[in-house]
Amino acid sequence: MQSSDILVTHPVGLHARPAAEFVKTAGKYPCNITVSNLTTAGKTVNAKSILSVLTLGVQQGHIIRIETDGEKEIEAMTALKDLIQTNFGETA
Amino acid sequence: MQKFSGIAVSGGIAIGPCWIYRPVSVSTTRKPIEDPKPEIERFEKALRDAEVQLEQLYNRALESIGEADAAIFEAHKLFLKDPEFIGAIHTAITDERINAEAAVAETAEGFAQQMLVLEDDYFKARAQDIRDVSRRILYCLNGISLDQFKLSQPSIILAEDLTPSDTIQFERTMILGLCTRHGGPTSHTAILARSLAVPAAVSIPFEFTSINERSEVILNGDSGTLTIEAPAKEIESAKKAQQQWKLVWQSRLKSASEPARSLDGKLVEIVANIGGVEDARQAVEFGAEGVGLLRTEFLYLDFGRLPTEEEQTAIYREIFQVMGNRPVVVRTLDIGGDKQVDYLDLHQETNPFLGWRAIRMMREHPEMLLTQMRSLLKAASPESDLRIMAPMVSSIEEVKQAREIFEEAKTSLREENALHVEKTQFGIMVEIPSAALIIEHLAEFVDFFSIGTNDLTQYTLAVDRTNERVAYLASPFHPAVLKLIDSTIQKAHEKGRWVGLCGEMAGDPVAVPLLLGMGLDEFSMSPSAIPAVKELIRRQDTNSCKEIATEALSQPSIKAVKELLARQR
Repeated sequence: MQSSDILVTHPVGLHARPAAEFVKTAGKYPCNITVSNLTTAGKTVNAKSILSVLTLGVQQGHIIRIETDGEKEIEAMTALKDLIQTNFGETA
Repeated sequence: MQKFSGIAVSGGIAIGPCWIYRPVSVSTTRKPIEDPKPEIERFEKALRDAEVQLEQLYNRALESIGEADAAIFEAHKLFLKDPEFIGAIHTAITDERINAEAAVAETAEGFAQQMLVLEDDYFKARAQDIRDVSRRILYCLNGISLDQFKLSQPSIILAEDLTPSDTIQFERTMILGLCTRHGGPTSHTAILARSLAVPAAVSIPFEFTSINERSEVILNGDSGTLTIEAPAKEIESAKKAQQQWKLVWQSRLKSASEPARSLDGKLVEIVANIGGVEDARQAVEFGAEGVGLLRTEFLYLDFGRLPTEEEQTAIYREIFQVMGNRPVVVRTLDIGGDKQVDYLDLHQETNPFLGWRAIRMMREHPEMLLTQMRSLLKAASPESDLRIMAPMVSSIEEVKQAREIFEEAKTSLREENALHVEKTQFGIMVEIPSAALIIEHLAEFVDFFSIGTNDLTQYTLAVDRTNERVAYLASPFHPAVLKLIDSTIQKAHEKGRWVGLCGEMAGDPVAVPLLLGMGLDEFSMSPSAIPAVKELIRRQDTNSCKEIATEALSQPSIKAVKELLARQR
């Protein structure tokens, strides 16, 4: 199992397009992927579910924990971290 | 015959079959089921149907309202593929053995409730989206198709209320008139009707049950009345009135192309607020003598990245060609933290209307303003009359810097032999009280001023006009706002600068005599308001307008000003 805590720097946090990109990327991998919002200390949810990710209410400056478990867990983690750290592919 | 009265919001008379927009409600009461398998299959089929519908809606929205607003239907599609949402519905059907309708409605509501407790308004608003998707699936489960929203013949649409997503479903040519039970003069229905130039009335207390589908009704958008079950005689006279109205409208359009000169010979410029080439064509049709406000935000929102000089030039050129030698006032980028433009480095601010927006971005990104000004100047032809203005100015330093960039753009283009336009002017928007109070100093650096009354009202009265709880306080008829408008005009005139006004106020028949009395040179409004305002100005005498203005400026309250103006009409 892989686990990683990441700061969300995107101005809109994890909603609108960033949330959609995040969920789409997670959906490409067979392993289980969960995400939780450490800043609001809320629940842990399925990262492949757009509705669940939205209920985390992740805003800019929040830290989220991603956990991947199973087939291609390392690749999945790398892809999600890259996505967030490159600001969802946008040049800021 | 039954007659209902409400608020008239868009003029004209419509006679024709009514079409009642009745979002069907589907029962979502729990019902036990014997065998979950066919219920799951029903649900799966509904999901596929919903997806096809959303695809169609998306394409339609793309054509009619643009990509940014169409994206909502893309998001809805993603909900249909959500493993947790779909999974929970499956579980409810299989394990709890309940019907698909109850499973969908309860699961969706569960997610909606979770969104509603979040702090951020954006997340809260998503609750509405989930309910919308849920309604769509419920419709599909019951074979209620989108076809119910397809009008087979041009009709007068009667509804409880209409939202932007409701109206997207109608073909423009099928709308004879709009009539709703709810809403006020600034409701979405009212605004939409005026921009489509179809008759409309709101707050009409009709009963859906008393109206037969497709029965002939009469909607009068001037008196704000709806007549149902009208006898033949009534319909005949309505038809005559309609003919009359059409003649008046045509002569209005014809005389709209003539200049607006008051009884005593004072000539003012009547121009249009536009946001693209389509509006430009409409403006010319309605008799606009030019453009008083070309908003340019759409360029920055549509591209999803910074538009290049070439891309901007091509779009501006198209608009300038439509306007020919008529003056065109262009407002440079006016955007801030209330909009989602990721590449502009706009952060979500707690107070976006007081934040890093519009001309304030120039300090960090002067190149952006330079590119926009170069594109505008490059796009203008030798016959063009181009006037560029900067929004959200609060200090003289900003005006100086913007003017320098304007001059730099001209010089650099001249060196490249790419400057063809001869008539150019530089100006600023007056929408912050601090600018209005130092007009005599700002006048040294500009050729003209344009008063933005919507923002000037918001900033003077400290009212966020998007906040419904305080929006009632926001009126440009507040004496404080009127004083700022008046002193801007007087001080600018002393320095030999002309003044325009491009807020909603310029097209308001109540405000027109007042503004005329203050000496306003240019009135800029939505194209469809132009014919009526020109007619109104031709009936005014500027001397009596001056008296009205003087009296209005000495009133203590919005109410007193409005009463005074009402007496003059």
